[in-house]
Amino acid sequence: MAQLHVLVMPKMGLSMTEGMVARWLKGVGEQVASGEEVAEIETSKITAAYESPAHGTLRRQIVAPGVMVPVGAPIGVIAESGAGEAEADEAAIDAFIAAREADFADVQTKAAPPPAPRTVATEIGPLQVLEAGPEAAPPLVLIHGFGGDLGNWMFLQPLLAERFRTLAIDLPGHGGSTKTLAGANIPALARAVAAFLRAEGIGCAHLVGHSLGGAVALALAAEALSLSLIAPAGLGPEINMDYISGFIAARRARQLQPVLGLLFADPSLVGREMVEGVLRYKRIDGVEAALQAIAAANFAAGRQSGAFRATLEAIRVPTLIVWGEDDRIIPVAHADALPASVRVVRFPATGHMAHMERAADLARLIMETAR
Amino acid sequence: MQLNRDELLRAYRDMCLIRQFEERVHAEFATGDIPGFVHLYAGEEASAVGVCMDLTERDTIASTHRGHGHCIAKGCDVDGMMAEIYGRKSGLCGGKGGSMHIADLDRGMLGANGIVGGGAPLACGAALSAKTLKTGAVAVAFGGDGASNQGTTAEAMNLASVWRLPVIFVLEDNGYAESTASAWSVGGDPVKRAEGFGIPATRVDGHDFFAVHEAAREAVARARAGEGPSFLHLKLARYFGHFEGDGMTYRAPDEVARLRAEKDCLKLFRRKVSEAGLLEGAALDAIEGEVATLIEGAVRRAKADAMPEPADLLTDVYVSY
Amino acid sequence: MAKKSFRQAVNEALSQEMARDPRVIVMGEDVAGGLGAPGEDDAWGGPLGVTKGLMKQFGRERVLDTPITESGFIGAAAGAALTGLRPVADLMFVDFMGVCFDQIFNQAAKFKYMFGGKARTPLVIRTMYGGGFRAASQHSQCLYPLFTHIPGLKVAIPSSPYEAKGLLIQAIRDDDPVIFFEHKMLYDIEEEVPDEPYTLPFGEANLTREGDDVTIVAFGRMVMLANEAADRLAGEGIACTVIDPRTTSPLDIETILEEVRATGRLVVVDEAHPRCNMATDISAQIAERAFEALRAPIRMVVPPHTPVPFSPALEDIYLPSVAKIVDAVRAVMAGGRKAA
Repeated sequence: MAQLHVLVMPKMGLSMTEGMVARWLKGVGEQVASGEEVAEIETSKITAAYESPAHGTLRRQIVAPGVMVPVGAPIGVIAESGAGEAEADEAAIDAFIAAREADFADVQTKAAPPPAPRTVATEIGPLQVLEAGPEAAPPLVLIHGFGGDLGNWMFLQPLLAERFRTLAIDLPGHGGSTKTLAGANIPALARAVAAFLRAEGIGCAHLVGHSLGGAVALALAAEALSLSLIAPAGLGPEINMDYISGFIAARRARQLQPVLGLLFADPSLVGREMVEGVLRYKRIDGVEAALQAIAAANFAAGRQSGAFRATLEAIRVPTLIVWGEDDRIIPVAHADALPASVRVVRFPATGHMAHMERAADLARLIMETAR
Repeated sequence: MQLNRDELLRAYRDMCLIRQFEERVHAEFATGDIPGFVHLYAGEEASAVGVCMDLTERDTIASTHRGHGHCIAKGCDVDGMMAEIYGRKSGLCGGKGGSMHIADLDRGMLGANGIVGGGAPLACGAALSAKTLKTGAVAVAFGGDGASNQGTTAEAMNLASVWRLPVIFVLEDNGYAESTASAWSVGGDPVKRAEGFGIPATRVDGHDFFAVHEAAREAVARARAGEGPSFLHLKLARYFGHFEGDGMTYRAPDEVARLRAEKDCLKLFRRKVSEAGLLEGAALDAIEGEVATLIEGAVRRAKADAMPEPADLLTDVYVSY
Repeated sequence: MAKKSFRQAVNEALSQEMARDPRVIVMGEDVAGGLGAPGEDDAWGGPLGVTKGLMKQFGRERVLDTPITESGFIGAAAGAALTGLRPVADLMFVDFMGVCFDQIFNQAAKFKYMFGGKARTPLVIRTMYGGGFRAASQHSQCLYPLFTHIPGLKVAIPSSPYEAKGLLIQAIRDDDPVIFFEHKMLYDIEEEVPDEPYTLPFGEANLTREGDDVTIVAFGRMVMLANEAADRLAGEGIACTVIDPRTTSPLDIETILEEVRATGRLVVVDEAHPRCNMATDISAQIAERAFEALRAPIRMVVPPHTPVPFSPALEDIYLPSVAKIVDAVRAVMAGGRKAA
């Protein structure tokens, strides 16, 4: 008889505990290839495609669109029939689902809670970090961009945590870290990260930085075991100030949604809870002032300094720069004409957020770089 | 006697200013130029001026619907008051308050009040601010014999007593709550009511500026020393009706004429300072002349000033909305 | 960020604002409790423990127990707001407005206008409202329409712990008098609430659900019920937008108009007495400004025109419910008029 495969609500980030099917991309009875997109999953942050783990016929959609279910809960069934094999009958599928649901209920009662961020006291104030991976593994620090937070690494961090002690930090003025800035320019933000590393007793670390956080990582090149930079700031003058100003000014979901849409090649990836999460962050005392100070210090008159091209020339550690070809925040052209020692990878059909849009590909590249 | 020559001149000037202000408003109201309700203070000048004599600008008063006298005694600009009564944009409240709501927070005047008994809790709040912020300021709640029967007055007195607030309750008992005699409407003795709350209380001849000032001076000193509230029951009289247009048929036919002849606080003041040789008649006459010019100017300017613009209707409801 | 109850969210907002600004004081009946009594000091923290601990943190000079004297202390709060403090007065149950309303609507609300714009009255009156507590007719009303009616007052009605903290901090920092309504059935509801202070703007509605078929407007605790109804209806293929206006004054009518123009159907859920309440107000404004967009008559889910009853058997049928909201949504989807 055909082999049955269960589709479960995927865990698409360290903190994800539940999600919903935004819509089914395959109907019941349709053929699905392994790796083919079978549904769109809406998490608290983002909408993402769910790739089928098996080949066969979609026999059941257990969960209707819009219904929130825990991670790991069965959401569908695929039947894989070999040549000449009989199709599974409906009763067999019912029994299969019942068994999987019982398994899931059992797992759920024993499940460990998702890792929670902790706060580290540093000389520039409290900084928040989310740690994942073996404690004895080489440290790898993830530094988010302007207006971002450690949650931006939700897809990438679990993949890297298999091999590294990953530490995703919130920069000053961001996430759960202090909203009082000791300084707003890139060297000052780099000093904050250095202060965090000292407080944690970490000497050198693999650094992964995105956008503004990429420039911060470059400023810390002397302490880096390797550098993996996603659309880093600091390599050219252009910066989309519609994004920066729009991000600071937006007070309501309707205003913020299109601004966040600029981050992605496909703006429809921006979920309502991602928007609400950013709004909640922006409402916290001190955040607006911090963002304004950072924007003024680094993007005065709508330009970046571009000063880190020279830094790249001098870097001796393995360095990776990835860029989405459809980046609408910092143009992919900033990846041109870089020193030959730097590995440059351009992702097609990708925006400014390769770590969210191409997490698996990016994780492979980072593992090749951070050796 | 506590007051020096300058202070006596100031007291007489303020009482004169109130009297002439009210006499003039009475006359102008009769011509039909002044809109709305107006309640005149003439006859009660010794109360406002005597009580406010020892107050500074950071001290506060909560006034009543009969508030012009309190405003003047607390230092409100007479031109601004007159313009307000005429509903002009140049008025102290931009023409949005009128006679019943004249206020000047910069002078510690927290507002006349259209609600009888409305002011006493507010004065407690001002006293609470002074106590909490340790400014040393005191607050005065003026109220009439009508207000003395309102629950707010009793609540405010109890609150002032249990919180030991720097507040002075001044009961201006002019004998009538609207048309009803206080002799009938006030049960028992207001002084004993206050004493029942544990508040030191005295009854004072409200026609006698010096008696009022002496009692108020003690109350202010007690409040400033952190010794809590006081209560003054001033017996006095108003010369005009409850409001302008009130025929006062409830009063005895010769009542006001007799009061003006025998009890008038200005005449009483003149007699006392003359007999004591403190001020000469010429100085007092000069004040009356100066005040008359001032009032004349205030009325002339108020009549000439512009009305509020239609756009003013929608402003000043909220700080932000 | 931790899960916090509505009660903790309100307490944290008060505590953080008192720490931030020495002019902020808390006053009311039993806000600490036990004053002058032989037993425990800070015995209550309000009847439901919302202000518990503030007195020990800030002292009796800034957490003032009052006698039972609503006119007295609400008026004193108004006077204190006019003269330099930023009082948060606790009107234990909104039903008690009956013994102090003059000080709110004739005094505090009107200072600024009557005085030609010169006054600032940074006063907050926190008050408990709403049914479901078996508290009968004098301790269960909503009454926010009465306050919404008065120019000069702002009215905030938080629907969750996150909303409560952000709206209360906004209320305390606001320079106008704000009446802050806390539904007594919400105090034990929990959700993620940031530890840091934050503000939620007044007059900006929050969309808690988004759907193309029906617009549901709900206030305070009714937002929770409306969300539940929307989730249930999603299973039937009916997609609802749920609007939490957050404040009834100012009211974000523009967002409501926009959503009604998109869906063509409106259900308003209001726990307040049904005559001249928020449901009638919003219905009137929509009828006046978006009549052509309506594909079905507006439906109001409101209690009957009776006092709030005591007996659970009666109160349960008195209050709006998820089932009543679901029925109303189905009715507007059917396009039909309310059955006679």
